[in-house]
Amino acid sequence: MTSLLEVEGLTTSFPAGARSVAVVDGISFSLAAGEVLALVGESGCGKSMTALSVMRLVPRPGQVAAKRLWLDGKELLALSVPQMRRVRGSSVAMIFQEPMTSLNPVIRVGWQVMESVLLHESVSKRAARARALDLFRRVGIPDPNHRLDAFPHQLSGGLKQRVMIAMALATHPKLLIADEPTTALDVTIQAQILELLREVQRESDTAILLITHDLGVVNELADRIAVMYAGKVAEQGSRMDVLKNPSHPYTKGLLRAIPALARKGERLYEITGTVPAPRDFPRGCRFCTRCPEAFEPCAERVPEATTVGPAHEAYCHALGTPPVGPSERSHEQRP
Amino acid sequence: MVSALTNSHHTSNVVVLLLVLGGLWLGWRVKRNEPWHDALADAFRRGPTAWCVLGLYVLVALADSVAWKGGVSAAAPDQVARFEAKSLLDRAVGGKTEKSYSAPLATREFARDRPLVRPGTHLLGTDKLGRDVLFVTLKGARVALLVGGFTSLIAIPLALLFGVLAGYFGKWIDDGVFFVMSTLASMPSVLLLVAMITALPRGTIWVCVALGVTSWVGFCRLARGETFKLRELDYVNAARALGASHARIIVRHILPNLLHLVLIRFVLLFSALVLSEAVLSWLNIGVDGSWGQMVAQAKNELSRDPIVWWNVAGATVGLVGLLLSINVVGDTIRDALDPRTRGDRA
Repeated sequence: MTSLLEVEGLTTSFPAGARSVAVVDGISFSLAAGEVLALVGESGCGKSMTALSVMRLVPRPGQVAAKRLWLDGKELLALSVPQMRRVRGSSVAMIFQEPMTSLNPVIRVGWQVMESVLLHESVSKRAARARALDLFRRVGIPDPNHRLDAFPHQLSGGLKQRVMIAMALATHPKLLIADEPTTALDVTIQAQILELLREVQRESDTAILLITHDLGVVNELADRIAVMYAGKVAEQGSRMDVLKNPSHPYTKGLLRAIPALARKGERLYEITGTVPAPRDFPRGCRFCTRCPEAFEPCAERVPEATTVGPAHEAYCHALGTPPVGPSERSHEQRP
Repeated sequence: MVSALTNSHHTSNVVVLLLVLGGLWLGWRVKRNEPWHDALADAFRRGPTAWCVLGLYVLVALADSVAWKGGVSAAAPDQVARFEAKSLLDRAVGGKTEKSYSAPLATREFARDRPLVRPGTHLLGTDKLGRDVLFVTLKGARVALLVGGFTSLIAIPLALLFGVLAGYFGKWIDDGVFFVMSTLASMPSVLLLVAMITALPRGTIWVCVALGVTSWVGFCRLARGETFKLRELDYVNAARALGASHARIIVRHILPNLLHLVLIRFVLLFSALVLSEAVLSWLNIGVDGSWGQMVAQAKNELSRDPIVWWNVAGATVGLVGLLLSINVVGDTIRDALDPRTRGDRA
C-alpha cells in the first residue's frame, strides 16, 4: 500500500523566550489514498497544529521540522513558497471548524467557490461558475443556481459548511483536511455533513484527515485513529482496534468519559486535570501527571512504541515491561 | 480666480464627464449589489434632507465645472465669453455684476448712497470688488468639493496602501510605516502644511497634495489596525489554505472588508479638509475662490459701521451647509452600515 501522506517525526515549535517549545513533538503517521484517519484528543493536544503543519500554514513565528513530510510523492518542506501555494487547494484542501467565519462576508458564496477553481486552473469564469454550480449540487445545496449569488449571512450554518466543502472539493484534492468540521453545527446537521463527507470520500477516493474530539464522529467516519496527547501520538491503530481494545490509559479514559445510557445514574468518569501548557510538558510520558496507572519510569523516560496488535501501537510504559496481553490488564473498558 | 485645473477648460470638462460616468457606473454597481443598495437606501431614508443638500452642492459644483467659449446666443453675444471659457454657472447666474458695493437687496450703493444700476437684484449684496456675493458663494462650492474630493483621493489611497501593507506583512514594513506615521503625527499639522505649501509650486493641485500628505496618517493607523484583525480571521486563513497569494488575499479579502471604513472615513476627512483649506486661505496660502478666502478678504470689512456682514455670511452659510450635510450624510451611512443600529430597518 503506497501512502498518500507520510509524516515522520513532525515537530512544530514556537519560540518562547530563549528556548523553543514544541507543541507538536515528533509525531508520525501515514494516510493511504481514500483512507480516513482521525486525529483525536482534547483541546490543546496539537491536533489542529498538526493539520496546519501539513499545510505549512503554521502561524508565525512557528517552525515546522520533519524527517519526512510527503504528500503524493512530494516532500512538502522542500517546496518553495509559490510551489507550496500551488499544492494548497489543489492536492490538499482544508475545511475549517467555524463555517460562520470561514466565508468572506462581503463576497457572494458562488464567487468564493469559483475563486478556488480559478486559482488553480486556467478556465473561463463561465466554466468556473458551471463548476461551482455542479459542486453546489454535489454537496446537496438546494436551489443551487440561486444560492450561488447569496452572501454568507443569507445561509444557515449547515449550508455554509456545505459551501466550505464545495470550496475544498473544487479542484479534486487528494487529501482533505477537516478540522472539526461538525463542531459548530447542531446534531442533525452534523449527521448530514458526516454523510456528505463519507459520500465524497467514497465517490472520489479522497483521503480525509479528520480532526475531532468527538468520538461519535470518529466512529461514523474513520478507518484509522491516531489519539494525540500533548503534542505526541499516544496510540494509533484501526478504528475497531482502538475503540474496542484501547491500550493507552488516555484512550481508555477518553472512552470511559463518553456518557452512555447503560450507565445511567452513575457519576460520569473524567480524566482529572487538563492538558499541561506546552512549556510545562513532563519530561517522561506526557500523560503521567494525569494517568491513573502511572509508575516509576513514567515521569522519567519517554515511552517507546509498543505493538499491541497488527498495525496497532501505543506509547505506554505499562505495556512495555513486562509484556502483557491486552485482555489480562485490569482497567479494560468497553466503549 | 483662475486655478490650475481651470487653465484649460477642456481638462475640466473631461474630468466632469468622467465623474458623471463614474458616478453612473458606481450607481449601477450598487443597484446590482443588494447589501450596498439596501444600506445606501437606508442611509438616504435616515437623512433625506442632508443627502439632497449635498446633492445640490454637487450639482452647483458640476455646473461650475463645465465651461466653454463663445456666446450664449447670437441675440445676446457675450464679449468676454468670446475669449475666455465661462462655466454653466457663470452663464446662468453671473453676468449681473456691477462695479459697486451694496448690501443685500439694496437699491442704493453702500456708504456712497448712489442709486444702483440693478436695484434689489443682489440677494446677498456685492463685495468690495463689486462681485455678487451669492454668485461668489456658489462658485466656492466647486473649490470646496475640489479640495475635499481631490485631496481625499490622494490621502485615502495613500493611507490604505501603507496601512494594509503594514498590517498585513508586519515586521520591518510595519516598523517603517509606523515610523513615518509617528514622525508626521508629531509635527503640528498647520506648520507642516505652511512649510509644504511654501515649498511647493502654487496652484490648487499642489495645495491638495500638501493637504493629502499631511492628512493620511489617521486613516492609515485605522486601516493598519483593521488589517491586523482581518489577517487573522478564518476566511483569510481559508483563502490561504486554498492557495491564494498575498496579493489576492489583500485585494479580494482584505480591501473589500475595509470598504465601509473607507466610506465613513472619506466623509469625515472631506469635511476636515474643507475646513483646513479655509484655515490656509485665512493665512493667504489657500486656493483662490474658496470660502476661506472670502472670509479672509471680508474680515476687515466687519469693522465698518454699519457692519458689512453679508460677505462673511455668504461664505459661512456655504461652508456650514456643506459641512453639516456631509457630516449628517456620513452619520447616516455609518448608522446604515453598523449592524447594531440597523435594528429598525424594514
